Amino acid sequence: MRDILTSEPFILSLTIACYYVGTLVNNWAKKPYTNPLLISLILIIPILLILDIDYEAYSKGSHIISFMLGPAVVALGYTLHKQIDYIRDNVRSILISVAVGSIVGVVSVLLICSLFGSPKEIMVSMEPKSVTTPIAIGLSERSGGIPSLTAIVVVICGILGSVVGPWFLDTIKVKSQVARGLAMGAAAHGIGTSRAIQMGQVEGAVAGMAIGLMGVLTAVVIPIIESFVFE
Amino acid sequence: MAQSLKGILIILAFLAGGELISWTINHFVPGNVIGMVLLFVALQTGIVKGNSVGKVADLLTSNMAIMFLPAGVGLMVAYKIVTANLVAIVFGSVISTLLVLAFVGKMQDRWGKKQ
Repeated sequence: MRDILTSEPFILSLTIACYYVGTLVNNWAKKPYTNPLLISLILIIPILLILDIDYEAYSKGSHIISFMLGPAVVALGYTLHKQIDYIRDNVRSILISVAVGSIVGVVSVLLICSLFGSPKEIMVSMEPKSVTTPIAIGLSERSGGIPSLTAIVVVICGILGSVVGPWFLDTIKVKSQVARGLAMGAAAHGIGTSRAIQMGQVEGAVAGMAIGLMGVLTAVVIPIIESFVFE
Repeated sequence: MAQSLKGILIILAFLAGGELISWTINHFVPGNVIGMVLLFVALQTGIVKGNSVGKVADLLTSNMAIMFLPAGVGLMVAYKIVTANLVAIVFGSVISTLLVLAFVGKMQDRWGKKQ
């Protein structure tokens, strides 16, 4: 019985079933906080606890799903290629804006965490919080963070950005469609992009492109900042 | 089928190449990110044709969230350190997200070309 519960077919079915329920709920409710990942986590963790499957066994059984993250990040290069035409005229200002956004994101998280006296583990887990989850998990692992915390923080920041983003951008008077889409994608990755698509076609395409850009720039920014902060 | 196989091969080959470069630079940038940049450059320069990877790439990127689930389940073992630092995590997330929105939005709005 134990062997079956920790076997790949069982764990993969359970994982996909929980995620599927998450997408069904999200399609029905269509709210940023009914995020499929959050719903499936709320489902799967109690099930694993009840069946007494520990994290190590689960992690082993679901390895093939985590493995897919590598190819998925590479595939983002194709997304970037498809959407680059929207920003041809703005390449320079976009690169600078997202690079500054990336630095501000990492530095502000480090400042706030050290203000509250958080350990390094927490700080480095939070650094990639505006980066799309597959890249963020890799960055967190490399820095010695807790990938599960990174995954949750990234989703929460995505939800936050997508809920308050449009209102916040109105309040601080960001007007151009490119700037609004770029801010949504850079601060709130895929979840912000799905909201930006509702704001308009230009916003949606620019936000989608900002996801990959923010990921690449933050991957370079983090080790540079860490070399100043933690040595 | 042959077309999907080609797409899978291209993506895995770029991932492998990215990992190799990442190893030579002491993992300064993760291999998957390097693979993504290389694929982007190859598509832009026409070395790789968009339609040879398009289908596989769209399939991978449209179902990406499920791939974070195993990582998220790690909360089962990390919940103690997370709850102990909850205030910092919440404040850090909220303030930093608003700062990124403000900086990126304002800078692009000021210096970007108007449509």
